[in-house]
Amino acid sequence: MDTLLGNLDIFVTGFRNTLLLFVVSGVVALVLGTIVGAMRVSPVPVMRAFGTLYVNFVRNTPLTLIMFFFAFGYPKLGLPTIGYLNLAMIALSLYTATYVAEALRSGINTVPVGQAEAARAIGLTFGQSMSLVVLPQAFRAVVPPMMNVFIALLKNTTVAAGFSVAEAGTIRANLSERGEPALVVLLWVAAIFVVLVMILSFAQRRLENHWKVA
Amino acid sequence: MASVLFDNPGPKAIIRHRILAVVTVLVVGALVAFVVLRLAESGQFSAEKWQLFTFPLVHQRILSALVSTLTAFGIAAVLSLILGFVLAIGRLSSRRWISYPCLLFTELFRAIPVLILMMIVYYGLPPLGVTWVTPLVAVVTGLTLYNGSVFAEIFRAGVQSLPHGQAEAAYALGMSKGQVMRSILLPQAFRAMLPITLSQLVVVLKDTALGFIVTFQELLFLAKFYGGQLDYGSPIIPSTIVTGAIYIALCLLLAGIAKIVEIRTRADFVPRSRRKGPTAPPAAEVTTGSAGA
Repeated sequence: MDTLLGNLDIFVTGFRNTLLLFVVSGVVALVLGTIVGAMRVSPVPVMRAFGTLYVNFVRNTPLTLIMFFFAFGYPKLGLPTIGYLNLAMIALSLYTATYVAEALRSGINTVPVGQAEAARAIGLTFGQSMSLVVLPQAFRAVVPPMMNVFIALLKNTTVAAGFSVAEAGTIRANLSERGEPALVVLLWVAAIFVVLVMILSFAQRRLENHWKVA
Repeated sequence: MASVLFDNPGPKAIIRHRILAVVTVLVVGALVAFVVLRLAESGQFSAEKWQLFTFPLVHQRILSALVSTLTAFGIAAVLSLILGFVLAIGRLSSRRWISYPCLLFTELFRAIPVLILMMIVYYGLPPLGVTWVTPLVAVVTGLTLYNGSVFAEIFRAGVQSLPHGQAEAAYALGMSKGQVMRSILLPQAFRAMLPITLSQLVVVLKDTALGFIVTFQELLFLAKFYGGQLDYGSPIIPSTIVTGAIYIALCLLLAGIAKIVEIRTRADFVPRSRRKGPTAPPAAEVTTGSAGA
């Protein structure tokens, strides 16, 4: 307990940056992922092809490699310098967006074709059949996998620790300078992550029950 | 192609789609052109920066780094499959004192980031007098604990997704618990969970790259090393491209195998040699999306 309370400053800064990475990357990934997901279910073959290409490429690249590229490669490109924290956010967003896109796509695919056909048959326009029939049903199927994506994103923020971002993953390195035992520090970090993930899982279950078809 | 969202396009929609297609090509093309131009202007395609990767010695070192990546992957894959199997059997046990600890174990290790697990082994244990911790041990332990828990969930879900009647019929025939599990449930569950198990193995392969952060000398470690060679103009971007190509090729290979297995294990799969006429089998809706790890 002393290890945690005596170094609360470092723990707080570390996890604040972790949560910052989580929230910003989460929002950007949600926006980007929705665009890519929409491309993947669009009727335009070229859009589908680009969407698929992006998802397959980025999903099959380790996140560490993407961060590696942004942390070490980006500064060589002669573009405006942006901090390591922002670079890590870009990497996390690009990576997580593919999972968001896939969650959306599989959610939409769970809606039976007959639903949309029936909507068109009774004369609903495209916008109406989307907003009144397809999306409300898809939304329920999307919530649980989407929360899994965000739980994974929270855990993935630790990868930034290897690339000069002071967050939860670097607490150990900072505290070893103060002579704290590494194991105790890391176990505290792990425990805090368990709590954070538990909060997200709890939210997931609440949302799932809230929108469950009665 | 009529999907959930769209009817077959009429003449107006076809024109609209063509316009959208052109716009997409222009936008994506502009993005790609920007990146390529940036790379070219900052001299990333110069012969000087790529020269390093033409030496046979460098090829050998890349190959040996690849071997250590694959070694970590292989060991972690086998161990986590075993751990996952044991934990799944434990969770399916009807004895509370076995199933509860297994539940706790899987929930706990799925919640801790793999990197933190690796750090606990790599930085946490040596001060306690543990001498056998190498980066490889840390990487394999971290991957095994996390993925073992994930596999346990996959296997348990696979067994529990079977119809109740299967186990009930087997019990009615007088089989013991072990026999029911071995000869009735597991063979059927195996087929259902094979594709998702394979796609989780892709995650294991990708996560070996985390070893870079705990100084495991694998592909990324080598990429950093060659990227810093001043004599060759610090070719960090070329070396990232080379490493990235290797990782993507390996993962796509594994993901491709997973896809083939998924199609072949579908209940309505008909081998090409026996397919007749235009009666295409309806595509079964198999949603095996493993959330990102």
